[in-house]
Amino acid sequence: MASNGLKIAVVGGGLAGLAATMKIAEAGYDVDLLSIVPVKRSHSVCAQGGINGAVNTKGEGDSPWKHFDDTVYGGDFLANQPPVEKMCEAAPKIIYLFDRMGVPFSRTKEGLLDFRRFGGTLHNRTAFAGASTGQQLLYALDEQVRKFETDGKVNKYEGWEMLSLVLDDHQVCRGLVAMNLQTLELKAFQADAVIMATGGPGLVFGKSTNSQVCTGSAVSACYQQGAKYANGEFIQVHPTSIPGEDKLRLMSESARGEGGRVWVPKNQGDTRQPRDIPTSERWYFLEEKYPAYGNLVPRDIATREIFQVCLEGYGIGGENQVFLDLTHIPKEVLDAKLGAILEIYEMFVGDDPRYVPMRIFPGVHYSMGGLWVDYEQRTNIPGLFAAGECDYSIHGANRLGANSLVSCVHGGFVAAPNAIDYAKNVERGVAETNGIYDAELQKQQEINNQIIKNEGTENQYKIHEEMGKVMTDNVTVVRYNDRLKATDDKLLELMDRYKNISINDSNLWATQAVPHARQLWNMLNLARVVTLGALNRDESRGAHYKPDFPERNDEEWLKTTIAEYSAEAPILSYEAVDIGLIEPRKRDYSKGKVLSAAATEKGGAAQFVPQGNEEKPENTSAEEIWEEEGDKIKDGESFKEITEDKS
Amino acid sequence: MSEGNGQQGKKRLTNPPKTVEIRIQRRENPDATAYTETFEIPYRQNLNVISALLEIRKNPVTKDGRQTTPPVWDMNCLEQVCGICTMVINGCVRQSCSALIDDILLANGGNTIILEPMSKFPNVRDLVVNRSEMFKYLKRVHAWIELDGSYDLGPGPHISQEVQQERYAYSRCMTCGCCLEACPQYHDDNYIGPQAIAQARLFNMHPTGKITMDERLNGLLEEDGITNCGNAQNCIQVCPMGIPLTRAIYETNRDVTVNALFGWLRK
Repeated sequence: MASNGLKIAVVGGGLAGLAATMKIAEAGYDVDLLSIVPVKRSHSVCAQGGINGAVNTKGEGDSPWKHFDDTVYGGDFLANQPPVEKMCEAAPKIIYLFDRMGVPFSRTKEGLLDFRRFGGTLHNRTAFAGASTGQQLLYALDEQVRKFETDGKVNKYEGWEMLSLVLDDHQVCRGLVAMNLQTLELKAFQADAVIMATGGPGLVFGKSTNSQVCTGSAVSACYQQGAKYANGEFIQVHPTSIPGEDKLRLMSESARGEGGRVWVPKNQGDTRQPRDIPTSERWYFLEEKYPAYGNLVPRDIATREIFQVCLEGYGIGGENQVFLDLTHIPKEVLDAKLGAILEIYEMFVGDDPRYVPMRIFPGVHYSMGGLWVDYEQRTNIPGLFAAGECDYSIHGANRLGANSLVSCVHGGFVAAPNAIDYAKNVERGVAETNGIYDAELQKQQEINNQIIKNEGTENQYKIHEEMGKVMTDNVTVVRYNDRLKATDDKLLELMDRYKNISINDSNLWATQAVPHARQLWNMLNLARVVTLGALNRDESRGAHYKPDFPERNDEEWLKTTIAEYSAEAPILSYEAVDIGLIEPRKRDYSKGKVLSAAATEKGGAAQFVPQGNEEKPENTSAEEIWEEEGDKIKDGESFKEITEDKS
Repeated sequence: MSEGNGQQGKKRLTNPPKTVEIRIQRRENPDATAYTETFEIPYRQNLNVISALLEIRKNPVTKDGRQTTPPVWDMNCLEQVCGICTMVINGCVRQSCSALIDDILLANGGNTIILEPMSKFPNVRDLVVNRSEMFKYLKRVHAWIELDGSYDLGPGPHISQEVQQERYAYSRCMTCGCCLEACPQYHDDNYIGPQAIAQARLFNMHPTGKITMDERLNGLLEEDGITNCGNAQNCIQVCPMGIPLTRAIYETNRDVTVNALFGWLRK
């Protein structure tokens, strides 16, 4: 197919970027694919659990509508509903496509796809490839894109980092400027449409479960050039990660599902080895505060409690760590049920969790917020699209497990045809656009020159550390307005000090100092969006929790935060949420006892129990859903489960 | 309760040193000569090589107090699943994120960690190498399934749990290059190497992939193809994902032979 010289640039080679690239190349058009690392090394490889899709192979009466309801409910009703519904409709097809691509999904005896249960649902809806589903899905797309690369449809620019968009006088996106990370050469990429697929901004918090490329830098650059950034304050913090000096590694919830107990020494700063601390001097704070659920309280509550205990100084040795203790469980049981994740802990920490309690702490994990997009993945800048974690569209105030992989692929699949449509129809203002590439190149070169020339006394890595610490302390789990305000002041101070950094590297070949300096400035800008969005939102919803405003307040805050850049501070405005399909209802964790027992019995190992326990209140619309879908469900057992669901 | 005897399945460093010496092979650019610089950092428990490098990068001063340029290395996931941070650590090729200083000192004694770039790939700077050749090999063996299209065509073929599990093992290859670094046959791009052969095997085992098996095998027949394997079996020793590479080579070689002997019958 002739491509008419039409060209689309995709920034980011994770699941969303590769999904978009594959679709565009398949349609016969040329793609420039930019990625900081070889695309096979993108952060998507870190996803473990699986990918959600209501394929309904277990006779449970699952349906895309139920997936949709779980997702919207789990997200505390902050997501616009139509795109979520579309995603849930598409999810089974996406799983089948990956199946055809040869992903080694786990199988049933019959040789069909197997599905397991995950947080926030009562259905076996999660397809998985061992415990490395993200890796397998990413590789499948990597392989397909490699085929198109071999055919000459895809040009990969690996080892290039996007610095800015090229905008014309009418604020239309005409391409981008990127930097070669070996030579520091800048290059303008002409493109009729640009798709951002750069993932999350975990590194804004210093250490997170994210990979090192997840700085949010490119998205921040778009924001600073006029792209709207939505719901930035919604940051998911996972309750149990393994603290490391370099990053936080995830420890699966299944450790608690198998009976793991969370505790800290009752004496602050106790330096004894854990086994030398008698039971009477251990504080099992989750079991004490939540006798019904104990260590299996829902994710956000566990996260909040662990965080609070450490803030009060009860962390192990005064540090941000609590024990997750499995040592009371026989080794054989642990090996059989938790072997793989225990090996990860052993490999990175060096302790054997079968004999030494694990040291864990909540870790920043995912950004629900991101670039504002419409239902076609279009940002407010004509010609600029976004997909995956870097867009805000699907997860509302909280993301359910195993929904990220499906949202990334779906986002890429929606962005691609829309970008093609746009690119086909956009007028190329030849005369007008001629100079804009050179102008942007020059502007970016000057920023680099300034960074290289600077010989200040500030250390950029220390500024990054300070930003990470203040953001983690004040803008993650528990948020207070005075501390948010102080955080913004601190960010402003860091931005001031940033102007006085020295890159400390006289060798510019393949230096990491210049790229990091560029990222750091962009991270500081994004940090302000997150912080001020949180400061303004005086309610608690999903991952955003303010003790001074402990309730969800739909009347005033059932709306999307929109941040727009200005030199002084982000300008915040608000947009109504499209709740036309499912009426908002309260998320209620307080009465989950009955279901808790039932879910544990049925589910066994219960990675999913904490969220599965989220009892839906009586005014749930389940009945209407079932009336709608009743004819699809013949299975008696599934009907029983529905009635339990409502009890 | 499993308290008490023999609890730490793992040996611990009983008498840790106060400081750890990090010797890093430096190279300013591909044309420059390599040299070694030594740094010293305070010992802390559970330090990995990446954390040590991060500390040095923040304040690049050598052990003898000389200000130098920050060492450069690749890192990304830090969970041993992206493969990018592979280097040679005290003589062993492995990922630096999962290399714990305690373990290395325990195994080697002393207080010295030696970091070198992989030797079989072009050295970009310091510990960074260029492994793009490995991705070219993946193109050669057509390491993908040929799809009619990515639109909705229903589910894929039925696959048994046994085949799935065998394929899963191969599918975990992160193209890190450990197998090529350790392979005595592989140098100067003269041998396509275990990783590409194992990826060919991964797709040849798939019911749909089987249909285009010839294309994959053809990629292994060239001068630098599968017959260059000298059966040293180093690859399987160093593979961080425990991939049965030697089995992939054996089984693929069998397919190549069968194809050569009987392939003409089908034409």
